[in-house]
Amino acid sequence: MLDKMMTEDEVVARLEDGMTIGIGGWAARRKPMSIVRAILRSDLRDLTVVSYGGPDVGMLCAAGRIRKLVFAFVSLDAVPLEPHFRAARQSGAIEADELDEGMVLLGLQAAAWRVPFLPTRVGLGSDLFAVNDGLRTVTSPYPDPQTGEHEELVAMPALTLDAALIHTNRADARGNAQILGPDVYFDDLMAAAATDTYVSCEQVVATEALLDEGPIQTLRIPRLNVTGVVEAPNGAHPTSCQPDYEADDTFIGAYVATAKDADLWASFLADRLQADEATYQAGVAR
Amino acid sequence: MTEPTRADACIVAVAECFRGDGEILANPIGTIPVIGGRLARATFEPDLVMTDGFARLAAEVHPVGTEGDDDLPIEGWNPYRSMFDVVWGGRRHVMMGATQVDQYGNQNIAAIGDDPNRPKVQLLGFRGAPGNTINNPTSYWVPRQSAKVLTDSVDVVTGVGYDRAAELDPAQRRFHEIRRVVTDLAVLDFETPDHRMRLRSVHPGVTAEQVQDATGFELVVDDDVVESRLPTDEELTLIRDVLDPDGRAEQEVPS
Repeated sequence: MLDKMMTEDEVVARLEDGMTIGIGGWAARRKPMSIVRAILRSDLRDLTVVSYGGPDVGMLCAAGRIRKLVFAFVSLDAVPLEPHFRAARQSGAIEADELDEGMVLLGLQAAAWRVPFLPTRVGLGSDLFAVNDGLRTVTSPYPDPQTGEHEELVAMPALTLDAALIHTNRADARGNAQILGPDVYFDDLMAAAATDTYVSCEQVVATEALLDEGPIQTLRIPRLNVTGVVEAPNGAHPTSCQPDYEADDTFIGAYVATAKDADLWASFLADRLQADEATYQAGVAR
Repeated sequence: MTEPTRADACIVAVAECFRGDGEILANPIGTIPVIGGRLARATFEPDLVMTDGFARLAAEVHPVGTEGDDDLPIEGWNPYRSMFDVVWGGRRHVMMGATQVDQYGNQNIAAIGDDPNRPKVQLLGFRGAPGNTINNPTSYWVPRQSAKVLTDSVDVVTGVGYDRAAELDPAQRRFHEIRRVVTDLAVLDFETPDHRMRLRSVHPGVTAEQVQDATGFELVVDDDVVESRLPTDEELTLIRDVLDPDGRAEQEVPS
């Protein structure tokens, strides 16, 4: 039987410069931060990142690892605007593909279903067409039953990922992953849209124990779509991982403060974020 | 009971935005919008469906600040994936914030500046504004009206206004509706022949001139400008005792 267990550093060793990487979760909620920290420890760079963005995006921006960001927003929830992401945008340090947050869903779904695009009205009339050079429309081949007109729709292109990084509450060693919190976000779509998906989780459990803590509807990520499993207790810190823990707003506040001072950020990155995971976790123990 | 405040007028004005909506998802975003939406549900629009601020549908109205609490009575599950089903299916009326809104209701929450590759000020991003405005009724909440917010021209069109919608085919714009803009000074709508922004009512104590002075374009102003209504005794009791016992609305719009 397959055993997909690995460490964060082993995950990052499988990633390559220039890859397109999807990062799961939402804003400051259930982000695979221990894998993000492993990227910060590595020399991985020139990434295209697709994310419902939170501190994952801000940290990777500030550390100069992102070449292009595909995003609809970047937020820290308690702090609505992500300061390191804003600095990267305002200095022109990153390329950006701006989208509506529902278009990100459609792009991931198209990739997961292996079709080149999915049609939608989302984006019509907005400046998404002004800021996103690659966006195109498509004309329906079907006449409207009432008017006979052929409607023109936005063709949201597939967002095919080389790798997806997601964090869940539980998983087994084969890669069946369980989300016990109230929202899957788009993690299951990211897993299906990616060539390789790496799942970090609060706790690895035996397959027969997967239903001990939640109903079958919580088993949202099948091992079919999972390449590697990392056991990472508190791995989403400083983001939340309900019901296991809430976001660490004190830590997020300290992280936000580093955006005002390059030296402060450099030492925060080197001393806190780039420490090995055990040292990091000892430093943030609650 | 204390006398009604400006914040109370805003809460009632928000509630009135949802009048007639029936059994749809009312999705007000912001402190006063949340209180106002819940006030509508607690009084004249009892069939409104509302989230708990996160992934659940609240079975009853609850005080602002209790969003996501474990002990809230729940009537359904509405994770982000389902929210897009609701939005694109058209069974929702959202009230969003706006950094800028122009005279046709174009909204900007993405960025300030001319260069999309290097904004002067990066804001949230497009979030769900394009999808909201093309699929279901959208209103806006502006807690501090000024000519910078109600501006002649938005830097980035995130939410689609009426002039942009008019450039689309009828099929493309069939679900587009910008219903109202509620500010700390007034209620505005687009019920004019060319869908330019109109002064619908001024909050008590505010003049039409003050509203125009805090607007970066010429408002359509009828000859007889009416006042926004204040809460009834029942509504004021609900606001003070149930919906906003900590007085959070007063922090958003101080007297």
